[in-house]
Amino acid sequence: MELIASTATPPTRGCKAKGCGTNDDGLAGLPASVREQVQNHPCFSEKAHHHFARMHVAVAPACNIQCHYCNRKYDCSNESRPGVVSEVLTPDQAIRKVKAVAAAIPQMTVLGIAGPGDPLANPERTFETFRRLSEETPDIKLCVSTNGLRLPEFADEIARYNIQHVTITINCLDPEIGARIYPWIFWNHRRIRGVKAAKILIRNQLKGLEMLVERGVLVKVNSVMIPGVNDHHLAEVSRAVKERGAFLHNVMPLIAEAEHGTFYGVTGQRAPSNAELHALQESCSDSMSMMRHCRQCRADAVGMLGEDRGQEFTLDKIASQEIDYPTAMARRQRVQRAILDSLAEATPPLAAKPPPEALIAVASKGGQVVDEHFGHARHFSIYRVSAGRRAFVERRAVALYCSGASDCPEEEERLEGHLGALADCNGVLCSRIGIGPWQQLERAGIEPSSSYALEPIDQALDRFYQDLLEQGKLTTSHPQQATA
Amino acid sequence: MSFSISDRCVNCYACLDLCPSNAISQGVSQFHIDSLRCTECAGHFADPQCASICPVEGALLDGEGQALHPPGSLTGIPPTLRVVAMEGQPAASLLP
Repeated sequence: MELIASTATPPTRGCKAKGCGTNDDGLAGLPASVREQVQNHPCFSEKAHHHFARMHVAVAPACNIQCHYCNRKYDCSNESRPGVVSEVLTPDQAIRKVKAVAAAIPQMTVLGIAGPGDPLANPERTFETFRRLSEETPDIKLCVSTNGLRLPEFADEIARYNIQHVTITINCLDPEIGARIYPWIFWNHRRIRGVKAAKILIRNQLKGLEMLVERGVLVKVNSVMIPGVNDHHLAEVSRAVKERGAFLHNVMPLIAEAEHGTFYGVTGQRAPSNAELHALQESCSDSMSMMRHCRQCRADAVGMLGEDRGQEFTLDKIASQEIDYPTAMARRQRVQRAILDSLAEATPPLAAKPPPEALIAVASKGGQVVDEHFGHARHFSIYRVSAGRRAFVERRAVALYCSGASDCPEEEERLEGHLGALADCNGVLCSRIGIGPWQQLERAGIEPSSSYALEPIDQALDRFYQDLLEQGKLTTSHPQQATA
Repeated sequence: MSFSISDRCVNCYACLDLCPSNAISQGVSQFHIDSLRCTECAGHFADPQCASICPVEGALLDGEGQALHPPGSLTGIPPTLRVVAMEGQPAASLLP
């Protein structure tokens, strides 16, 4: 299966495509002033997300719309999807938490309010938090995510608190489609349903987007890809939001597990495959800078993207802490300056002074040793490795392609999901692998290895990293650039 | 008459922010309506505000103790699928 429809010129893929790439930072098509603004924002700059951290404070529990992918029972600590939090904070608690995190994690540059409801449906709590942060922690960038229903009303206030970035979730422009995503909204003191509700919501989202752009606020648009509902419509959304001045579009896959109890989850609405998601992102990238490293964080996430250190900063743990913020701010400045300097040094054309980083996927049954067959792996653990350093990034699930069944799809097609899930990796470690997948991985610029089967993961990562380095396969940090 | 809040409430504050009579407060485990203050928004709004924004079916009860939002009325999830949802089983097979 081809990722995108064939064209006269070779299709752009991965980091060659507009708006992606760890080297070009995904924002290549944007004006320098915008790149400057987002260079230390982990959610907007793909390069920054390896080095800078973010946090969300859950001060906004109320919502004014219902989405079919959301369940408002949001106190489950075992879930890691947006809209889920463990404890709702008052603005005062939020300020304490932000200061505690800022002091402990000096590379935390960004504070967002993203729920678990809609921040603009909680205007007092949200803006009280922003107002105090803009005064007490002036070195932290402020962000807000919203469904957009009340954006026109609050655009001026957002601009006032120096909130540089706003994310609006826009899933469709067509109210008929909207009616299949949003069962109701609360508007003008009434609950409104169906197409009428979607029409009001979409109108306000687009108007709000325009108003923010007029006021110099950077706007990113999030869309949830829902197969059979809005997937064929999102390229049009991309064009429309770009026309109105959004600088980045983030198409995210629907999360719809039955146990989450959402409408889509319990009615069996499927999520898109990796391949479908990537194909859609490609088609949208013709009109718009796309974001591809989103981790769909919880509304109380803390730390680097893909990690959550929220448990280190629960209310009981921060209650007794007294933070000397001016001292913390000075340290933060030094740390962040050093990161930006090293990023500037590492920038092409002739990088390679600091040891290059590799992203390595590991197939492992128990997470201790490299003991899983590539074709049997249901997930891969992704590690970021450089000389002598390894950091776990995340686990990525893949569909089982090798079931031993005779109705196996064509090989090319079977591996599409794996290739998509591992596209940004330099290599993959497994205990065994078939020759077909081996060749396909190599063609995609991903180096497979079963040489370190049954070795402890840390040791295997170090040795494999050395191999890749010595073979000159880490001169660029992204495989698809090296081979395309 | 006065509304009341059941133990299905998820403490989202939406009703508290809207109540024109200041009848709603945060209790120990969930929000609570002061029956002496609640007017069901008579004289303020055409629709009771808490009932217009509450996202949880069965969380708000009318003066007779009946759910203002019965199963399926807000989420669109058919009541037949609710049990399945609770047990965490995919329900695709139940769909047409």
